[in-house]
Amino acid sequence: MDQLTISVEPGEMFGLVGPNGAGKTTVIKMLSTLLPPTSGNASVDGHSITHEAAKVRRVIGYVPQLLSADGALTGYENLLIFSKLYDIPRKERQERISGVLNFMGLTEFSDKLVRTYSGGMIRRLEIAQAVLHRPRVLFLDEPTVGLDPVARKAVWQHIQRLRADYGTTIFLTTHYMDEADQLCSRLAIMHLGKIAAIGSPTELKSSVGPNATLDDTFAYYSGAEVDTAGGYREATRVRRVTRRLG
Amino acid sequence: MQRLGIINYFSAIANFTGKTLTIAELEARKLHHDYTDLFTRAVQPALWLLVIGQVLAGIRAIPTGNLPYIDFMAPGILAQSVLFISIFYGIQIIWERDLGIVHKFLATPTPRSALVLGKALSAGERGLAQAAIVYVLALGLRVHLSWNIVNLLLVFVVIILGAALFSTFSMIIACLVKTRERFMGMGQVLTNPLFFASNAIYPISIMPNWLQVISQINPLTYEVDALRSLMLIDGPTIYGVPFDILFLLVAMAINVAIAAKLYPRVVI
Repeated sequence: MDQLTISVEPGEMFGLVGPNGAGKTTVIKMLSTLLPPTSGNASVDGHSITHEAAKVRRVIGYVPQLLSADGALTGYENLLIFSKLYDIPRKERQERISGVLNFMGLTEFSDKLVRTYSGGMIRRLEIAQAVLHRPRVLFLDEPTVGLDPVARKAVWQHIQRLRADYGTTIFLTTHYMDEADQLCSRLAIMHLGKIAAIGSPTELKSSVGPNATLDDTFAYYSGAEVDTAGGYREATRVRRVTRRLG
Repeated sequence: MQRLGIINYFSAIANFTGKTLTIAELEARKLHHDYTDLFTRAVQPALWLLVIGQVLAGIRAIPTGNLPYIDFMAPGILAQSVLFISIFYGIQIIWERDLGIVHKFLATPTPRSALVLGKALSAGERGLAQAAIVYVLALGLRVHLSWNIVNLLLVFVVIILGAALFSTFSMIIACLVKTRERFMGMGQVLTNPLFFASNAIYPISIMPNWLQVISQINPLTYEVDALRSLMLIDGPTIYGVPFDILFLLVAMAINVAIAAKLYPRVVI
């Protein structure tokens, strides 16, 4: 990461795009307090990620790129544990849990072990876990990596409804340009730890040329035609997620 | 003002306890969905007690005073099987890190020490299952077991402390080595010295001096000493059960503090 400056408005759906290894996950890990920045600061819903990490954790939801739902538990149990960790009062727990299950279309599978779920269902469950406490800001790291097109569309719809119904600010990373175009009101293209361009999808496209697609824009700003990104570790991780979801 | 301070203090403790129990509950629920692990874990203590125990008892080579050798050994084998379960606990956090589960837990408002202690208690849950198995085996071998309720409760406490202590030690190692391959090597290197440099299957008095020194700083020695005193009728103790428990408690607290500090680093 190299001196990144971004501001995201409340209720906005903001996308961070870039090739594998550009530093998107690092940004999300810092903002969700998993990784301390070596210098500089950021605030999430008014709380500093360095000095008020505990307060930040109360107002955010975080869905890692990797698979974070526990396959050895049922969907309901995954949610129950998180409702306790997020201090949802005992009286409200059942209502919240059935609420998110319903919202994510998982009610009828709630008593099945998560290891029997499809990839798209797991992702939806993970998002459900992260929104149980109605966070102000939701961080999604590559929410649809490894999903087939139908499952991707379903996940997109749920993310869009989340923003429409609850006004949740959503900060997501992706390396799929169609995903960024579909979901985000604004996006930043990252290249080698820096922001190469920032703006709405339309603004970014017109900055490259009159008939430029978002893919052209991506290639133009991220230098993606040069195959240097990623590396062994990144590739292993992405393929592992893909295999487990597939 | 002072009153507010006290209220804050108590709510922090209540929060910590609640979160710790939630993590322990999570592990208990997993165990509830799949008991196979508990059964396969029963093989090792059975082998030690039924095969090695019988052979060593037969040759009468180990001086155990008035105590039959199999009585002397049974508490040691229980401590050993709890150790073996706990020492590979660290690999679980590496596995969960690889899956992304740790990331998600770390992003919740849960104290790091509660994440660690909750896991440690879950090692205790498995340890208690081992205790049930060893008690059944010992009963079959006519070990002179004490059924005093206070003793049984204290056995409960000692097993949870022992499991928590070694599982947090294992988590510390896992946070340092970070990969499964390296951890597997470390697990092997650690378990046998801890087991053999203790009073689990022979008394400390027959060890060479240098080994006696090591075994006296080995927490397993105190776990076995307490179990031997509590599990058997007129069970002998060298250090006294209160001191044994205190030693285990302090060692566990130190490990939890270190592991809580290192735990967030496992995702970096």
